[in-house]
Amino acid sequence: MKQDRQPRAAAGRLRRMSRAVQPFLAESWLNGLGAVIVVLILLLAVFGPLLAPQNPDQVNLLAVLQPPSVNHWFGTDSLGRDIFSQVLAGARISIEVAVIILSLSVVFGTALGIMSGLAGGLVDEIIMRITDLFLAFPGFILAAAIAATLGPSLQHTVLALAVVFWPWYTRLIRGQVLSLREREFVLAARVARAGTMWIATRHLARNVLAILIVQVSLDVGYAILATSSLSFLGLGAQPPSPEWGALIASGRSYIQTAWWWTVFPGLALALTVLGFNLLGDGLRDWIDPRLRGSLVGGVQE
Amino acid sequence: MVTVIARRLVFTVFVLWGVTLVTFFLSRVVPGNPARLMAGPQASPSAIAHISRLYGLNDPLYVQYGRYMRDLAQGNLGFSFLTRRNVRTDIATFLPATLELAGYALLLGFVLALVTGTVAAYRRGKAADAAGRLTAIAGLSVPVFWLALLLQLLFSTQLGWLPLGGRLSPGMAPPPHITGLLTVDSLLTGNFAIFVNAVEHLVLPVVVLAAGVYGLMVRVMRTSVIDALGEEYVRTAEAKGLSRWRVLRRHVLRNALLPAVTVLGLEFGLLAAGVFVVESVFQWPGIGNYAFQAIQANDYNATLGATLVIAVIYVVINLIVDIVYLYLDPRIRYT
Repeated sequence: MKQDRQPRAAAGRLRRMSRAVQPFLAESWLNGLGAVIVVLILLLAVFGPLLAPQNPDQVNLLAVLQPPSVNHWFGTDSLGRDIFSQVLAGARISIEVAVIILSLSVVFGTALGIMSGLAGGLVDEIIMRITDLFLAFPGFILAAAIAATLGPSLQHTVLALAVVFWPWYTRLIRGQVLSLREREFVLAARVARAGTMWIATRHLARNVLAILIVQVSLDVGYAILATSSLSFLGLGAQPPSPEWGALIASGRSYIQTAWWWTVFPGLALALTVLGFNLLGDGLRDWIDPRLRGSLVGGVQE
Repeated sequence: MVTVIARRLVFTVFVLWGVTLVTFFLSRVVPGNPARLMAGPQASPSAIAHISRLYGLNDPLYVQYGRYMRDLAQGNLGFSFLTRRNVRTDIATFLPATLELAGYALLLGFVLALVTGTVAAYRRGKAADAAGRLTAIAGLSVPVFWLALLLQLLFSTQLGWLPLGGRLSPGMAPPPHITGLLTVDSLLTGNFAIFVNAVEHLVLPVVVLAAGVYGLMVRVMRTSVIDALGEEYVRTAEAKGLSRWRVLRRHVLRNALLPAVTVLGLEFGLLAAGVFVVESVFQWPGIGNYAFQAIQANDYNATLGATLVIAVIYVVINLIVDIVYLYLDPRIRYT
C-alpha cells in the first residue's frame, strides 16, 4: 500500500509543478525556448562525458585538423582531438564555474544584504559604502585586474568574478529587506519576540527567494560569458583545458584553415548564454507584472 | 536639489579615492619584480637593486601609496616600463581611439534599439515584438570575441571587403592631430581618403561593440514607448487628428527617450568590458588594448593609470546620469 502511495504522491507533485510552469511557458514561446536550451545544457553538463564519442584529451596525430564529418561531428584540432567531445567537456566546466561563482556571491552578498538592511545605522552605512566602491569599477575590468594579479587560472577567474558579483546581491537584498522589515508579518514576529536571526532566516530569506532566483538566472549567462572572455584573453583557463573560451583562443590561430575549431565552441557558448538569458528575462517579466506582455496575464496573477 | 548634488559630489570624491586605493594595492601585490622588468632581462642584480632604490620599490606599501597620491595630485601617473613613456602621454595617445570606437558603437546601438524598441512597442505581443526581444537578448548573449573573430573571417579574410584590424592601413599617415578622432580630424582637414580608410577600419569593431549596447537599450525603449503610448497626452494628440508619425515623433519618442538616459551608466560598464576584448582582437590602439598589455606585462604604473582613467570616466558618467535624471524627474528632486 505504502509503496503504491509514494509514486502517486510524486506524480501529484509533478502535476502541480507542471501546472505552475505552464502559464510561464504559455506567456511567450521564447520562455519555452530558453527553458529547453537550459535543460538541454544541464543534461549535457551532467551526462556529456557519457555521450562523448571520444576522450576529449585523446591525441590522434593521424587525424589532425579534420573538417566536420560523420566520425568527428565538429571536426578535430591540431593534435587530432575530437572537438565535439571537447565542447561537451566544456559544457560541464562552464556550468560548474557559474554555479561556484554565483553560490559564493549569493551567499556572501545575501548575508551582508540582510545584515545591512536589518542592522541599519553605522553597520548599514559601512557595508553600503564598501559595495558602492566595488560597483564603481566596470566589473569586467576589475575581474581582469584581479585575475591577472592572482595569476592566470580558472580558479582565480572564479574568485575574481565572485568579487565582482557579490555587491549586486548585497544591494538587491538590502533593498528588499528594507521594504520587508516594515511589513506586518515581520512586525508580528518582532512583537512575538522572535530573535533577529530567526526573523532573518525564517521570514526574510524566504521572501527574497523569488527575486533572488530571477537575478541568479539572469547572472548565470553573464558569469559563463565573463569566464570565457577572461579565458580567451589568457587570464583564465589555460589550454589544453576544454573551457570554451580557451578552446576558441587555441582555434584562433587556425581560423583560416580550420574554422570549425573556433565556430563550434563559440556556438555552444552563445547558445548556452542565450538560453539562460531568455529564461532569466522571461522569469523577470513573469515576476514583475508591470513588464508583462499582456495586461490579462497581470490580472490573472 | 543643491544639497542632493553636493552629497553626490562628496560621495564621488570618496569613491574616486577608494578606486585609487583598490587599484594601487592590487597592482602592488602582483607576483614578479617590477624592478627587473624596468631594468630589462639582462640586467645585473646590482642594477635591479639600484632601480628598486631609485623608485622606492623597497619602501613600505603605505609610503609608496602616499608618494603615488602626491604625484597623482600633480597629474603625474608615473612611467610605463613597457612603452618607455609617461603613462599620461600614453593615455592621451590611446584614449581618443577608444572614445571614437565606443562613441560610434553607442550611436549605432542606440539608433537600432530606438527603431526596434518602438516597433516592438507598437506591435506588442506580435511576432515583431518577439523578434525584437530575441535579437536584444541575442545581442547580449553573443560572445564579443567570438563575433569579432567570425566577422574578421567573413569580411576580411574571405571576402576581403574590410581591413583585419588597426585604425588606418599601413602607409596611411594619420591626419594632423586636432581632436584625436580620425574621422573628425580627416574631415576637418579635408582629407577624404583618410576618412574613408578610417571608416572602413571602424565598421567591424563598431558593429561588434554595438551588439551589446543594442541588447541593453531595446528593452528600455520598448517599455518606455509602451508607457508613453498609455498616457493621456498621446490620446489627446491622436484625438486632435495628428498623423501617426507626428504623434510618434512629437509626443511618444520625446518622452520615451528620457528613461534611456538611466541606462547610460550600465551601457558604459558594458562598453568598457567590450572595448577591452574588441581592441585586443582588432589590434585597436586604444586604452583597452593598452590596459590589457600592461596587465599581462606586470607594468603596474600603466595598469594603474589605465584602470584609474576607465574608473574615473565610469564614475563621472554615473554622476552626470544621476544629475541629469534629477533634473528631468522632479519627483526625485524634491524628496
